[in-house]
Amino acid sequence: MSKLVIRNGRVMDPASGLDAIRDVAIEDGRIAAIGEDLALPGASELDASGLIVAPGFIDMHVHLREPGFEYAETIESGSRAAAAGGFTSICCMPNTSPVNDSATVTSYIIERAERHAMVNVFPIGAITKNSAGEELAAIGLMKAAGIVAISDDGRPVMNARVMRRAMETARSFGLPVIDHCEDLHLSAGGDMNEGIDSVRLGLRGIPAASEDVMVARDILLAELTGARFHVAHISSRHSVEMLAFAKARGLAVTCEATPHHFALADNAMPPYDSNYKMKPPLRSACDLAAVTEGIISGAVDAIASDHAPHAGSEKMQEFEKCPFGILGLETAMGVTLDRLVHTGKITLMRMLELFTTGPDRVLNLNRGRLAAGAPADITIFDTERAWTYDVNRSASKSRNSPFHGYSFRGGPVATIVNGKIVWTADGLGSASPGLPSASQ
Amino acid sequence: MPSGLLGIEPLDRVEIEAILDRAKSFQPQQTARRKSDQLRGRMIVNLFFEASTRTRTSFEIAAKRLGADAISITATGSSVSKGESLVDTLNTLGAMHPDAIVMRHAASGAPHFLARHLVETPIINAGDGTHEHPTQALLDARTILDRRSSLEGLRVAIIGDIAHSRVARSNVYLLSKFGAQIVLCGPASLLPPELARLAPGVTLTHKIEDAIRGADVIMMLRVQLERQHEPAFSANEYFQFYGLRLEHMTLAKPDAIVMHPGPINRGREISSEVADSQRSVILNQVENGIAVRMAVLERILGN
Repeated sequence: MSKLVIRNGRVMDPASGLDAIRDVAIEDGRIAAIGEDLALPGASELDASGLIVAPGFIDMHVHLREPGFEYAETIESGSRAAAAGGFTSICCMPNTSPVNDSATVTSYIIERAERHAMVNVFPIGAITKNSAGEELAAIGLMKAAGIVAISDDGRPVMNARVMRRAMETARSFGLPVIDHCEDLHLSAGGDMNEGIDSVRLGLRGIPAASEDVMVARDILLAELTGARFHVAHISSRHSVEMLAFAKARGLAVTCEATPHHFALADNAMPPYDSNYKMKPPLRSACDLAAVTEGIISGAVDAIASDHAPHAGSEKMQEFEKCPFGILGLETAMGVTLDRLVHTGKITLMRMLELFTTGPDRVLNLNRGRLAAGAPADITIFDTERAWTYDVNRSASKSRNSPFHGYSFRGGPVATIVNGKIVWTADGLGSASPGLPSASQ
Repeated sequence: MPSGLLGIEPLDRVEIEAILDRAKSFQPQQTARRKSDQLRGRMIVNLFFEASTRTRTSFEIAAKRLGADAISITATGSSVSKGESLVDTLNTLGAMHPDAIVMRHAASGAPHFLARHLVETPIINAGDGTHEHPTQALLDARTILDRRSSLEGLRVAIIGDIAHSRVARSNVYLLSKFGAQIVLCGPASLLPPELARLAPGVTLTHKIEDAIRGADVIMMLRVQLERQHEPAFSANEYFQFYGLRLEHMTLAKPDAIVMHPGPINRGREISSEVADSQRSVILNQVENGIAVRMAVLERILGN
């Protein structure tokens, strides 16, 4: 099997606290050693001088659209975008067609991923059959087939009793329950955050309360059932406050925030630009500040992109007809560096936690750390290189990003999955003779 | 050259005044039923995705009074009913090289979305969803200014379903730019509190009496049931609390005028006695609609 030594990088590992110039030796898909002046006969070498060598980033909230919507994204294209964004593991939401509500669909996704994916793909199963919110899906069988959590993302379970049963079941199988918290009655017909901008633009508002009431409900149900409960894409001030409160009470609750919810407020949208339309919607500046504070304080456990590709024709419509969701895999790291690290709000090590040990603690993937014997999932990035995001060159099959044309400082340089270099930034291949050419 | 007219919000006072002054000079021509040839040889497409009587007819007559050719297309009976997307419909029409497209659509922002993708053809917004209806605000201002020397300091009450009203938004932007005091009034679920921050000079009230007290202008709005999820009020109750009746008029200034963008629902938001009273300028609004749209078309298409 292949051998690789990553030389002289600044190795940062939030799990152990290591932050030093080290070599990382990889053999047979696993980390063989981390140390100084490592010798590994017959190994290729990768010079990481001036670069950060980190555990492979995990994106716990991604839509790969396969099976069913292959025109918008596939496991192959989505995983390519993940690799280009520095992610080595992604978790795919079950809102495919058919919905991932059975072991058959779970197995299909895993088999397709084994054959076509550039990164590790961990499916998330549905909570209810067809995500219809009524009858529980085959949660135990899906767990046996490989799901790492359950969620009816995008079609939240409105019936509290069904949610209670789901939490009880998930607890018995050791799975976390991820909820897209949205009271569908309160949000019905809404297109953007309810506030001065929705009123000004004549668009129907989605009140932050539609998120908050469900976060409150689910925290109470988590306490009732003892389940592990995770809030997807938290976006409102009250929800962040409730998460902090629940954690202080010792409940097993966690949450993730998306880069767009801490980078963009509702007033950032150019008039009726559907690349700014997603759920939860971009909230007010006050909510944005609260999400950022939650990231700093620890109320937020992970950063996840909620990568949601939609074909161009779907987004080229009247704003109210356009589907919700934006791309995120390729810009997550750039946006996080830009808005949180370079601004001094969080340290680089805290950023790594949010992308590695944070999601791993929620999902128990046994990834996200650099240690001898661990799978060699490694993200190499830099914090200074200037680059501009061109969505027309995206590895995704879709083009719906509000960050098109953004200039970033720092971003992914090379992505290593199970010891194999699956992606490198343009030009790096020729500059480093020891590096196999980019797989792109 | 102005590229089109999407809304009042982005316009400045000078532009608005120019249109209003020009509209005034078109009034005699309109009442004398005379045709001129400022826009001869120009082709204007009226594309109406939503039901409309007065606005569509008004734009059509305005175009023809200026010598332009105007054709009207409604959503039913066009390829829209065959499932064509909005952008494809507009690209198709754009390829026929009209000089302007006048468009009404039920989706807020539809003309703005098209203006981004159809840069060659000026688009005139004839009402987009619950966002703006710029020519309505212009004709309302023209109608007020036919009776008052200035908008500055006027107290204007706008009463009814503000939440769903593009007429209210365009009027708020226009009146605010000229220093009017605007009181928005309606039941709580049709009067989002954020409206107070829409423009300077706006206040909100849930009491029709407070809105009308001392008003120079009373604008009544239709309750747009078609845009609501659930009716906020039963019909009888609505008229009881938010319908304009003769007894209210004693609260307003003695020379106050009553306006309504139409279509009016007698006995729902306005009593017949008020609608047909001397105070009502509802038909003057319709008349001014043509003069104002002539001014808009000339400004966008004239040499």
